[in-house]
Amino acid sequence: MDTLVDNIIAEASGKEANIKMRCRDVSVFYAEKQALNEVNLDIKPKQVTALIGPSGCGKSTFLRCLNRMNDTIDICRVTGEILLDNEDIYDPSIDVVDLRADVGMVFQKPNPFPKSIYENVAYGPRIHGLARGKAELTQIVEKSLKRAGLWEEVKDRLDEPGTGLSGGQQQRLCIARAIAVSPEVILMDEPCSALDPIATAVVEELIDELRQNYTIVIVTHSMQQAARVSQETAFFHLGNIVETGSTDEIFTNPKDPRTESYITGRIG
Amino acid sequence: MPSTALFVLLVFSLIAFFAARSKAFAVAGDHIGELHSRPIYHGAYTTLTILVPGIIFWLLWNFIATRWISASISSQFSETLSSLTLPQQEGFIRDVMTLASGGVATFVDETKITAAQMVAEIRSRQLWIGGSILAALSVVCCWFAYTRITLKMRARHRVEQLIRIMLIVCSVVAILTTLGIVFSLIFESVRFFGRVSFLDFLFGLHWSPQSAFEGAGSEAISADNSKVFGAIPLFAGTLLITFIAMCVAAPVGLMSAIYLSDYASQGFRRIAKPVLEVLAGVPTVVYGFFAALTVAPAIRGWGESIGLDVSSESALAAGLVMGIMIIPFVSSLSDDVINAVPQSLRDGSAGLGATKSETIRKVVLPAALPGIVSAMLLAVSRAVGETMIVVMAAGLAANLTINPLEAVTTVTVQIVTLLVGDQEFDSAKTLAAFALGLILFFITLALNIVALRVVQKYREQYD
Ligand SMILES: Nc1ncnc2c1ncn2[C@@H]1O[C@H](COP(=O)(O)OP(=O)(O)O)[C@@H](O)[C@H]1O
Ligand SMILES: [Mg+2]
Repeated sequence: MDTLVDNIIAEASGKEANIKMRCRDVSVFYAEKQALNEVNLDIKPKQVTALIGPSGCGKSTFLRCLNRMNDTIDICRVTGEILLDNEDIYDPSIDVVDLRADVGMVFQKPNPFPKSIYENVAYGPRIHGLARGKAELTQIVEKSLKRAGLWEEVKDRLDEPGTGLSGGQQQRLCIARAIAVSPEVILMDEPCSALDPIATAVVEELIDELRQNYTIVIVTHSMQQAARVSQETAFFHLGNIVETGSTDEIFTNPKDPRTESYITGRIG
Repeated sequence: MPSTALFVLLVFSLIAFFAARSKAFAVAGDHIGELHSRPIYHGAYTTLTILVPGIIFWLLWNFIATRWISASISSQFSETLSSLTLPQQEGFIRDVMTLASGGVATFVDETKITAAQMVAEIRSRQLWIGGSILAALSVVCCWFAYTRITLKMRARHRVEQLIRIMLIVCSVVAILTTLGIVFSLIFESVRFFGRVSFLDFLFGLHWSPQSAFEGAGSEAISADNSKVFGAIPLFAGTLLITFIAMCVAAPVGLMSAIYLSDYASQGFRRIAKPVLEVLAGVPTVVYGFFAALTVAPAIRGWGESIGLDVSSESALAAGLVMGIMIIPFVSSLSDDVINAVPQSLRDGSAGLGATKSETIRKVVLPAALPGIVSAMLLAVSRAVGETMIVVMAAGLAANLTINPLEAVTTVTVQIVTLLVGDQEFDSAKTLAAFALGLILFFITLALNIVALRVVQKYREQYD
């Protein structure tokens, strides 16, 4: 009895103190096919959490649950509970539009809109009415581009199309675009997989900096990347989370044999 | 019979196909893999070697044969013919031909019967000569191809070449036909502008070519005629009706395209899209009587009930129905371009917290805009060229007005009325139709070029 109460107290205080997003028994079905099976994961604030695992194991599916992007897929059904700051994001009272402003997303392939660099970044603030006037909007754009480490490269050509930038710049533009709506959490789905090694290094450095202000969840297929940028790691396998823990712990001392064989390159 | 000869040729070439194929098998024996080309290619090569020269020869031969017959009639019966006028001469030759093929002619006399006998004689002689040459030609070609069937013979490449040539010929025919039409338009228009000044035609405000009828033919070159061929009312009418049609088709077509591509479920889309495209398959005559018998009276009744003066044939009725007709042009093409906008852009927008309609208005439509514009332009050129609905619902009166409740007329309708009925081919009135057609052609050409340009630019937009 006492232990139960203790547990509840511990859990409640844990929720408040150092858990940004709490996922309980999350299952996802595409029509009849189950892609995730009762997954549990706690995401700590102002940390980078890496999701690793062989392809097709449900990393992207899980990531897309966190800002309800799966809602856009007709056949997709999500069960379980996901809390953002103790609020259930699948609760009917929650507005997805607000949720996605709080939990931003960066995609695998850079997808800037076919608009100017300025308009790309201003897009989010405009639809959410975050700026009171042109000057304020310009301020937001500048601040976001600076945070995304792109300002020096594009400040003289804000009117040029975003699609004209290099791949790495495009991806940083997409990050700036996400930052512009001042989210609390940023989800990144293999953000460097379409980039060359130099652009990858730049983006990784950026992710490390962003950690000061944002909670970041990143899907990656590269072990080295997970080791370089993340503090927490979750290992996915066939729709289950096999192991979670601090990145150091998982990479140096994996508990599950499957994690070990994936990290050492035997499965994947 | 000329067509019987072709049929025989076809049968012969088919037999040659099987013969050549089995020879190829025989040549290869047990080592079928050593044959350069598969037996079927040897067969096809032999067939084509017979058919192509045969058909070309036969077409040429028949062309020469008809010339030959008319030439011999003209020389044999030159006295009879010289006493006749041109239409009578043509009638004479037509009757003779009919009699020769065993038909019943209008007026029969001695000369015609002798002439017909002569024609029949020449014809049967021609058939024999031509038929024999054709037979000899086919046998030679067949022998040529058949004896060359060996292991190394590259029949496959030969067939490939022949197919290429056939394709080239077909496209050249299409291009030449278009050129021919354009040149005949230009040629006749130049004759028209010899009678009516170009500026009077293009900028004249009064159109009543029927009053030029008195001065048909060479007398048409009178000062007054310039005043009755003013094309402005026609272009104004065309513009008005096209505008009304686009007011209907553009929003309805675009919105249904958006619904189909972004909102509708897969199942609904699979059914709705073809159904919408059926609209494009309804004959325009059907739209025409729908406009004339249902829509026009309805508009008239409605107008009168609120005290407006509506003529029983109105631009509004024609425009509305035409708008319905071109909805599928707008919706189908727009749906394609909207679908071509990558899903990643929609995801990007949704990921930033945009709603579906915000995403469509601010990201999808701007990205698809060039394609949508070109869909609109194609719909416009369809509306400009449409005739039947206007004839039936908007009338023939060339009023210069922007009031959609009045009767107006369009360029295409006037072309029809100018050419319907018995007319001398070189009257200013008939030639005016060519001039109108030429200008219409340039307008739709310009629209299409603009549309194509826009589409090309569109390709560079994303990716
Ligand atoms: N839109 C979808 N419709 C149906 N099945 C899907 C869809 N997206 C993903 N899946 C399935 O869900 C499983 C997990 O996919 P995903 O989350 O993309 O894996 P990962 O990102 O780890 O490579 C896969 O088996 C995949 O086939
Ligand atoms: Mg993935």
